[in-house]
Amino acid sequence: MKIQLKFFASVREALGVADEAVQLPDSVVTVGDVRRWLRARGGDWAETLAEGRLLRMACNHEMTGAETRLTEGCEVAFFPPVTGG
Amino acid sequence: MSVKVQTEDFDLSSEIDALRRAHPEAGALACFIGAVRDLNQGVAVSEMELEHYPGMTEKALAAIVEQAQARWPIAEALVIHRYGKLAPTDQIVLVAVATAHRGDAFAACEFIMDYLKTAAPFWKKEVTATGAHWVDARDTDERALHKWAEPAPASGRKS
Repeated sequence: MKIQLKFFASVREALGVADEAVQLPDSVVTVGDVRRWLRARGGDWAETLAEGRLLRMACNHEMTGAETRLTEGCEVAFFPPVTGG
Repeated sequence: MSVKVQTEDFDLSSEIDALRRAHPEAGALACFIGAVRDLNQGVAVSEMELEHYPGMTEKALAAIVEQAQARWPIAEALVIHRYGKLAPTDQIVLVAVATAHRGDAFAACEFIMDYLKTAAPFWKKEVTATGAHWVDARDTDERALHKWAEPAPASGRKS
């Protein structure tokens, strides 16, 4: 499956990437799987996306949990808790 | 409902005037403005940069206003949120709600701000004497939502 990744704020800066299109292996089926799969890149990826880090995730522009299933071409975003207003 | 995400400043008077004139049935108009403080947790702030998630931000704000509309009889609601570079005393956000009576306007305005604080994808970066820092989310913002867990008073609900 091919999906679009987006990273914002401190996560974007830590990874040095704002967006990326990726081809996922068949074993990656949920948003949580994507986070785990990206951690395997090691270095900043392992640290920034670590399970203990307080991160928010969105799938197709809606905040979501790790269990949300991916769909072909979906947009998955990782970012810190929001601080607008 | 109107949701705007923009770099430009906004003018409270003209926004409120337009809202008031378009809704003669609304006898109450509550508004909130959030501004950049020159001091955050005791540290002087010289500049602020606001990042957002284009595409999601507009949808998230619209969803929050829709939730408010489901709880209170709102004639019109307006949210303007700025992004980009801002300086202390600059306006960041405007929430304005027009209703028939004041109770619903006050409540809906506060509800929209409380949810905006935790659900709209904006991030603040402050520039201080020690450099630029991302602002940490506050636990008090999450806790502010607890008061909305109770259903709205019967008088304020749509029948």
